[in-house]
Amino acid sequence: MTPASAEPRSELATLLFGRLSLDSIPYHEPIILVTFAVAALAGISVLAWITRARAWGWLWRDWFCSIDHKKIGVMYMILGFVMLLRGFADAIMMRAQQAIAFGDSAGYLPPHHYDQIFTAHGVIMIFFVAMPFVTGLMNYIVPLQIGARDVAFPFLNNFSFWMTTAGALLVMLSLFVGEFATTGWLAFPPLSGADYSPGVGVDYYIWALQIAGVGTLLSGVNLIVTIVKMRAPGMGLMKMPVFTWTALCTNVLIVAAFPVLTAVLLLLGLDRTVGTNFFTNDFGGNPMMYVNMIWIWGHPEVYILILPLFGVFSEVVSTFSGKRLFGYTSMVYATVVITILSYLVWLHHFFTMGSGASVNSFFGITTMIISIPTGAKLFNWLFTMYRGRIRFELPMLWMMGFMFTFVVGGMTGVLLAVPPADFVLHNSLFLIAHFHNVIIGGVVFGVFAAVSYWYPKVFGFHLDVFWGKVSFWCWQVGFLFAFMPLYVLGLMGVTRRVSHFEDSSLQPFFIVAAFGAVLIGCGILASLIQFYVSHQRREQLRDVSGDPWDGRTLEWATSSPPPEYNFAFTPRVHDIDAWWDMKRGGYQRPTAGFMPIHMPKGTSAGIILAGISAVLGFALIWHIWWLAVTGFAGLVGFAIFHTFNLDRDFHIPADEVARVEDARTRALAATGA
Amino acid sequence: MTAADLHKPSATADFVHGHDEPHGHDDHHDDGIPHASFRDYLIGFALSVLLTAVPFWLVMNDVLPSKQVTTAVIVVFAVVQMLVHIVYFLHLDTRSQGGWNMLAAIFTVVLVVITIAGSLWVMFHMNENMMPMSPHEMRIAP
Repeated sequence: MTPASAEPRSELATLLFGRLSLDSIPYHEPIILVTFAVAALAGISVLAWITRARAWGWLWRDWFCSIDHKKIGVMYMILGFVMLLRGFADAIMMRAQQAIAFGDSAGYLPPHHYDQIFTAHGVIMIFFVAMPFVTGLMNYIVPLQIGARDVAFPFLNNFSFWMTTAGALLVMLSLFVGEFATTGWLAFPPLSGADYSPGVGVDYYIWALQIAGVGTLLSGVNLIVTIVKMRAPGMGLMKMPVFTWTALCTNVLIVAAFPVLTAVLLLLGLDRTVGTNFFTNDFGGNPMMYVNMIWIWGHPEVYILILPLFGVFSEVVSTFSGKRLFGYTSMVYATVVITILSYLVWLHHFFTMGSGASVNSFFGITTMIISIPTGAKLFNWLFTMYRGRIRFELPMLWMMGFMFTFVVGGMTGVLLAVPPADFVLHNSLFLIAHFHNVIIGGVVFGVFAAVSYWYPKVFGFHLDVFWGKVSFWCWQVGFLFAFMPLYVLGLMGVTRRVSHFEDSSLQPFFIVAAFGAVLIGCGILASLIQFYVSHQRREQLRDVSGDPWDGRTLEWATSSPPPEYNFAFTPRVHDIDAWWDMKRGGYQRPTAGFMPIHMPKGTSAGIILAGISAVLGFALIWHIWWLAVTGFAGLVGFAIFHTFNLDRDFHIPADEVARVEDARTRALAATGA
Repeated sequence: MTAADLHKPSATADFVHGHDEPHGHDDHHDDGIPHASFRDYLIGFALSVLLTAVPFWLVMNDVLPSKQVTTAVIVVFAVVQMLVHIVYFLHLDTRSQGGWNMLAAIFTVVLVVITIAGSLWVMFHMNENMMPMSPHEMRIAP
């Protein structure tokens, strides 16, 4: 599928379309064709459904152009779920291939296609599933938890979201126009260099991540400023909820680490596009520098993903144990220590590259040290549960599944931290099992805990418990079936990223793993059913109180869903568990004396800028230079044009606030609260 | 787009704290922006001119005995120059933004040092253990 077609192209065609031609569309590959048909059908039916419901205007005004942190948070979560389906489709294809491709059977995926799938799976799951989930949660919850009305830079927030979506769009597009990278999710050179990957795959990778990276970085800046500058009066740093603390540390990590990724991908892009030699084999280039640099970003990235979920688990465990979190101070310090230490361990990803004993031992030891604060957190959660009145609601189930799964993953991680052991296990399925163990057990379970915990806050009704439990057990059991065999295979020396095996004695393990993947698929399906069923039964599942779990932090002080302005009056904070403290202190909801509220206004600038960025990215991928220049000029021009838009804010009149608050007062009175 | 928004934080900052009830913000009462005096700018200017002129003089007149010493001195001057810029022109001190600016600067410096020093350490190690890459290197290999 390289663009070099049989006959030389005319200069005009090259000028107009760069490397893009009809050959770039993989219509000769039946699997992709079927995928395209299904995706197109689904897409068209969604569009038709929106048109029939006459929802375009509403979608555009109230969602796409909204700069309300809550709506942007929800859109991030939807993006995460949609991309989860794509990432899982990749996963199940790999599991199916590996379960059948033994001996004479070549399986159903050609190696070139298989390589694209494992690359896309990794890229999508990290950048377009886990990151949107994490960012979405922080976006929605952090301003509510600190008693703020929005984030510090509301427009920037909308722009960040659409940049992330533009990146996701490019990755999806690579499925049907051209190809995706075949290099693995970090695209190490020299394989990802122009010599060995001449196609557009790596360019798709580079530009999708660069565009999404802008969004991630800006949202990091935004949330740091929000947390540092916009906390409710009385909320000192050591009175912040733990989730907000972990969000602060995560965003500090984002702001510090993502520029490294941007720089290293830029250098790789220069190598590929204009022929520099930063990471080439010859002319003084050094591919090992790429590996070094990308892991300087890559290791903090792991903690960017997991830290906010540690925060979620802290909130969940104290709420459902009916106790203050055990060891709040140690939890905060553990988080900060992890933040710093996460910059001192990157070399453990390439012990085998040949650094020698002193370097390897230094990074092996720092890696083992980082398990200490993490272990401290686990004990804090255990001691919070100890003698608590535990309610086994859905979030608590995910929490306990996490504690069980994550500890196993953490311990295999310590095994891998021993350099001599890593020489045996590096690049094997043991490693694959390890990081899925911590990412599924930590990040995914955490996201599901968070979704089931905050869903009533976001939509005003609970999630259906039955389907939630089905989903939980499918994920938990499916995870064990899918990844425990991989540990065994890895110990036996089976390497990752292999599409065909000769030794048929390995096959039973892969069949068990494929069964596990099917179970996980059932878990995903069950959670989709759960959303549908909950929506259908929303009247029975309704929560009017705004505080369905007897919560402890400020987000439970307002209504569910929260009004546009979050809080009619900014709360005053005296204690770590601010809302718990207010409830114990006989808090009375203010019902009079409302003032007009100053709010930021929605704008289409974010989606337009991101749209132009996507076009620019596409032009750079296909070397359509006139379009790239036009796109870049358009981007800069529109950004300058937007600065002249002074119609950026409005006041919600006091009557309107009073009307919303009175409606809530009546609803509360009707339930006898 | 970012610059546009940066002009606007007051919009968000005041709709959060502006008009509920009169209350003191918990950490600081001023606007958090350091106010530099004309004198500070003058000191900064004089120092940077001095720190630029001296290295030029050192190089042009071959003042110091060896090139290595000159290079080392210039590097020291460069570092001091950076500090002068940060303190007098970017107004970094321990008080601005309630100390957050200083904290962020320290954190940045720590990370940059870790990244650069770590990469150098790692890459020199790799280079040491690497097989010679080209025929030329092979010839000069010990």
